Amino acid sequence: MKIFTFPNHKSWLFGLLLTIVIGAVSSAQEDIITKVEVDTSSSNLNMDAVYNRPFLALKNTPVALGGYLEANSIYSSEDGVSEGLSFQARRLTIFMSATISNRIKFLSEMEFEDGTKEIGIEFAALDVALHPALNFRGGIIMNPIGAFNQNHDGPKWEFVERPDVAVNLLPATWSNAGFGIYGKTHKNNWILGYEMYLTNGFDNNIINNEDNKTFLPAAKNNDERFEESNNGKALFTGKIAIKNRNLGEIGFSYMGGVYNKFEEDGLILDQKRRVDVFAIDLKTTLKKTGTYIVGEVVFIKVDVPETFTQQYGTKQFGAFVDVVQPILKRNILNWKNATLNLAARLDYVDWNIGTFNETNTDIGDQLWAITPAISFRPSSQTVFRLNYRYQLQKDILNNPAAKTTAWLFGFSTYF
Amino acid sequence: MKFTFSTVLGLAVLLTLITSCEDTMVSAPNENELLDGPIEGLSTAEQIQFLSGDEAFGDVFTIEKGLGPVFVANQCASCHAGDGRGTPFVRFTRFGQPDINGNQFLDQGGPQLQHKAIPGYQPEKLPPGATFTDLIAPPVTGLGFLDAVSDADLIALSDPDDSNNDGISGRPHYNNIPDYVSLRPNSIVQGGKYISRFGKKGAAYDLLHQTSGAYNQDMGITSLFEPHDPYSGLEEDPEVSTQTVNDLVFYLKTLKAPLRRNENDPDVLAGEQIFTQLQCVSCHTATLTTGYSPIAVLSNKTFHPYTDLLLHDMGPALNDDYTEGFAETAEWKTPPLWGIGLSKDAQGGNYFLMHDGRALSLEAAIILHGGEAQQSKTNYTQLSNTEQQQLIVFLESL
Repeated sequence: MKIFTFPNHKSWLFGLLLTIVIGAVSSAQEDIITKVEVDTSSSNLNMDAVYNRPFLALKNTPVALGGYLEANSIYSSEDGVSEGLSFQARRLTIFMSATISNRIKFLSEMEFEDGTKEIGIEFAALDVALHPALNFRGGIIMNPIGAFNQNHDGPKWEFVERPDVAVNLLPATWSNAGFGIYGKTHKNNWILGYEMYLTNGFDNNIINNEDNKTFLPAAKNNDERFEESNNGKALFTGKIAIKNRNLGEIGFSYMGGVYNKFEEDGLILDQKRRVDVFAIDLKTTLKKTGTYIVGEVVFIKVDVPETFTQQYGTKQFGAFVDVVQPILKRNILNWKNATLNLAARLDYVDWNIGTFNETNTDIGDQLWAITPAISFRPSSQTVFRLNYRYQLQKDILNNPAAKTTAWLFGFSTYF
Repeated sequence: MKFTFSTVLGLAVLLTLITSCEDTMVSAPNENELLDGPIEGLSTAEQIQFLSGDEAFGDVFTIEKGLGPVFVANQCASCHAGDGRGTPFVRFTRFGQPDINGNQFLDQGGPQLQHKAIPGYQPEKLPPGATFTDLIAPPVTGLGFLDAVSDADLIALSDPDDSNNDGISGRPHYNNIPDYVSLRPNSIVQGGKYISRFGKKGAAYDLLHQTSGAYNQDMGITSLFEPHDPYSGLEEDPEVSTQTVNDLVFYLKTLKAPLRRNENDPDVLAGEQIFTQLQCVSCHTATLTTGYSPIAVLSNKTFHPYTDLLLHDMGPALNDDYTEGFAETAEWKTPPLWGIGLSKDAQGGNYFLMHDGRALSLEAAIILHGGEAQQSKTNYTQLSNTEQQQLIVFLESL
């Protein structure tokens, strides 16, 4: 994931941050560190995920530190051809938060993916609480489209891979420079939350990329989006979430704006072309069985020039659903309330909905995947995961699907 | 520690999954069900170059990498999915040459219509009065074998004056060649022209000629060999390196020949007999032999492409009043039939056959034959249903 790069200072920055984190933790005495646990109260919404993480706070200071690490092994095969066994250091993410003054706080999230291959600031925002129903946020923010984008921490999920809809249809983690407001209100068992932001946005790469498909994640290659807008038009992202403490949470979100560079130096380059994204996310726990269900549905509409190739689709759809069933929760090897889960994920992505102009036959470019999983949580902050992924992917012509299978074993843990 | 039933069940599932890891991996399709893959026996160095060429074949051209600004497709694999035949989705149009006196519309964008454009540009439109033909791309497997057949062998197969009175008069396509191609060993020249053999009209001399032209006319990519941008007409810096072009040509040369399936099936064997009886083999020659090639696995090999690489008059139904080089408008180079049974796997599950994909089945393709193939087509229509089906099953086995 490439959000914001430090091409000449990667190693330096990485070392500095590690020193800060490790140094702070190792040198601190227990009596000067406070462990801030995750808030598990039922009043939280998905939008609270960025702050609702475990932190280590230094007593008498306004600063708290945290983060997570995830790594795994993978053995995969596509149509009988395997690249063998690989080990992946997927992410090291470091959070730093600070309460600056009364009702003013700051949080940042920096991520190192695949070692130091990609370094990014995923979130760095100032929050000003004017009222529970009205807060101001500005800086580098995560656009609240769907649920996964804001709630993506590895230790929260039973699967090594992120959902396809979140990484191969939407960009994950998709953050931009911008400003906006958010708030929450509640009555009895009901909680209502909203978020609205204006940020920099997408660019021509979403229909001009080496993935050879309309691909919103390609916009993440534009490092300059933290510096200036591609076209001078803001991207709007808004979300409304409703939660019933007994039933669960549902969110409706929209993100849209002009994506292309239509003008430069006063000269018209193209007409304005929009990208519009609609998402619904759902999260619930069945009380009777303890079954946890989370999912997301996304529909994308992109204005692609008619004279460009149909390789780049104008409509896209994707969805995923995770079903997690705890099958054992007890003390194991002195881990209190250790949990063993069985889980399954279904992924579906269609990058190009429609028919070919020339033949009126269906355009392909689809992916299906099912991932059964076993996860073990010695504590709520650490998860060991064993996943098996079976994937079918069709090319644009709807030729026989490429079959991919993969075994993945790994862990993800807050620290 | 007390284990519950569900715990034991979970652990059992876990152990089962782990111990059966190999069994859960997808097995490879049979080699004869795929068009892609290298010829067996390449040296290690040749395999390395094959892989480089494979990468170039799949390379997606973006605007930044030089795509267009007018183009037909943005990667080789768009027109040759799985190294197979193209589809009407990437059908392309050539225009402007009504006879053997050359293309009259080169100054208006000919010979190929780039009907797509990057944002902000307008694609080409067919000039009024230009004759044209629509084309879909051929499969690219086994091309190295076809490239290595000697000129003398092609001349031996030809019968331009129909001296044996069988109604079939194939001739090699003697054409002008670009200065960047290297002549084959023992090339035969006639009036300053050389025998060309690639492309629907057989107008491209060799795979470098074909590949450089495809980069340029299909994707708008300039190279050392074809340096003029099809939009501006101006000479530009190469947008693809010479090494990449050479690797891609090597890849095309060393893709394996399609392998037969069910060749010993009784219906297939019966269909093969019918194929011979109908004189289909007079043009779709079953067996050819390569001459010398610097690539050892291509040198002096016998192979079965079902083509004679010659031009034949295919009659008025297939005459689009457009031509290339010195072929007549009704003349088409005999397309190889090997791999035709796998066409659907590259064409989205449907057949799109003949030069423009107009035939949606093997039967329809046969019926479209005319001209020198008229008698064979007539004989086919007089076969019983069983015999017709046996012929189709044979073709599907190729």
